[in-house]
Amino acid sequence: MHPAYSVILFTTFSGAGYGLLIMLALFAIIGGVPPDRWFGFFSFTLAFVMIAFGLIASTYHLGHPERALLALSQWKSSWLSREAILAIATFVPGLLFAFGWVVMGNVQGGWRVMAGMTFLLSFMTIFCTAMVYASLRPIRAWFNPHTVRVYIAYALWTGSLWLNLLTHLFDLHTPWIGVTFVIAGLLAFFFKRKYWIYIDRHPDWVTPETATGLGDLGKVRLLDAPNTQENYVQQEMGFKIARKHAEKLRRWAFTYSFLVPWCIAAFTVDSDPWLKIPGAIIAVIVMMGGVMIERWLFFAEAKHTTMLYYGAENS
Amino acid sequence: MTTIPLNTSGKKLGLVIDLDTCVGCHACAVSCKEWNTSGHSAPLPDHEPFGANTFGVWFNRVHTYECGEGADSRTVHFPRSCLHCEAPACVEVCPTGASYKREEDGIVLVNEDLCIGCKLCSWACPYGAREYDYDSGVMKKCTLCIDRIYNENLDEEDRVPVCVSTCPSNARHFGDLGDPDSAVSRLVADRGGYDLMPELGYKPVNKYLPPRPRQSADSPGPKTLPPIESSNGQEAGLFRWLDALLTR
Repeated sequence: MHPAYSVILFTTFSGAGYGLLIMLALFAIIGGVPPDRWFGFFSFTLAFVMIAFGLIASTYHLGHPERALLALSQWKSSWLSREAILAIATFVPGLLFAFGWVVMGNVQGGWRVMAGMTFLLSFMTIFCTAMVYASLRPIRAWFNPHTVRVYIAYALWTGSLWLNLLTHLFDLHTPWIGVTFVIAGLLAFFFKRKYWIYIDRHPDWVTPETATGLGDLGKVRLLDAPNTQENYVQQEMGFKIARKHAEKLRRWAFTYSFLVPWCIAAFTVDSDPWLKIPGAIIAVIVMMGGVMIERWLFFAEAKHTTMLYYGAENS
Repeated sequence: MTTIPLNTSGKKLGLVIDLDTCVGCHACAVSCKEWNTSGHSAPLPDHEPFGANTFGVWFNRVHTYECGEGADSRTVHFPRSCLHCEAPACVEVCPTGASYKREEDGIVLVNEDLCIGCKLCSWACPYGAREYDYDSGVMKKCTLCIDRIYNENLDEEDRVPVCVSTCPSNARHFGDLGDPDSAVSRLVADRGGYDLMPELGYKPVNKYLPPRPRQSADSPGPKTLPPIESSNGQEAGLFRWLDALLTR
């Protein structure tokens, strides 16, 4: 699949934004961080800016972005529509939760209910984002339960590492925040690894023989394509560069989305401020870059059954 | 709504494509392009049509495959267009309701006024039937010539998709595949018509008829006819006639 940069930016930044909201809500509910106003102000601003940036970026690959609101209408059948509705709906309890924290300095009672709603809706938004991909049967690398697990784990991991940085900056860090990002990082690594093992073990889904129905005649090979230059379908579904370098790109995705930021953040978490703050900053920057490689590869590695008609041997 | 209609008329309009008689002339694809560039989804873009990087939207594309090995291999021409599936995921994934399946005849269409051009429907189609129009920012696809089949300005016999009326080898048939007694349904039953990628569960309406079995290279060839008794020592053809004329 051709990786659209707008979609990579969207899933990376909105994923981190909703992940951060989940972490803020979680720690507000369990009383893990005090409702410090400036910390709250910067954290919520960052989360909402990342979400908004992602949502705006996602409209850039649309042919008619001015009609984007129509996408809220088909929640009965379309995961993309559900995602769009939930992405916007999360702002309602999210902003009220932020109001309670930042303006009222209170995360109890009704504000706590808002925190719970924010947690739930953010989680459901990420689930729907993943289901947009996981529901596409023609794409074997996406149509499996691992896709959803990876998206959720990465949102928690990116959100928790941002929370780690923010709490360091405002000197509100607690060991539980360290424990949270260490576990979330391991989850992201574990599910991504399971994902790669899964897609490597299931290379054949549909064959040129079942795609054409000509298997009774023997092996089916493309003799003449319908067109001399690549058409839309080939450009959109037939991305090959990443599969050629899959091994190297997977190493990069693993190293920069998990290993390097996880190690830097974990080893500097308990050190002096002049070390732990730069450490947390570098960890977050490397991680966001790494997640973009991981998302790019998620698209670029995925094969579509349509390409069987254009000479691909498996999908 | 992009949910699939449950109460349909039972009518399933579609095509039956005969891979035995298709000669791969691309006439269906060309006539489709010609009709549809001024039809329901007009215009169909055509960038650099005579240049090095031609790029355009076509609803119908003809692939050619080689099947089997060596002397037993066969060349099969394979026209491919929207199959108007009974379970079209392209419709379900549409977030705006632009893609829909008609209750009355099962045709899958795009309402271009609602399409936001997110391209998700083209990802959801395993057959590659949908092509994006970068000029107008909307998705386009085969309409089963909706502007012909119900068009009362056309003669009765022309109210079929243009690919069907154009095909010089009668490899394309149009009709109601929901009616077991229709000509197309009988054709499918007689010739063992099949679905493409049935394992994905899209339940395509269009059916393909397999190439008829062929005698293999090892089997005895056609019976040789006994040679015509040669006219002893006489010339053949024109000279034989001249000989006969002069002998008289």
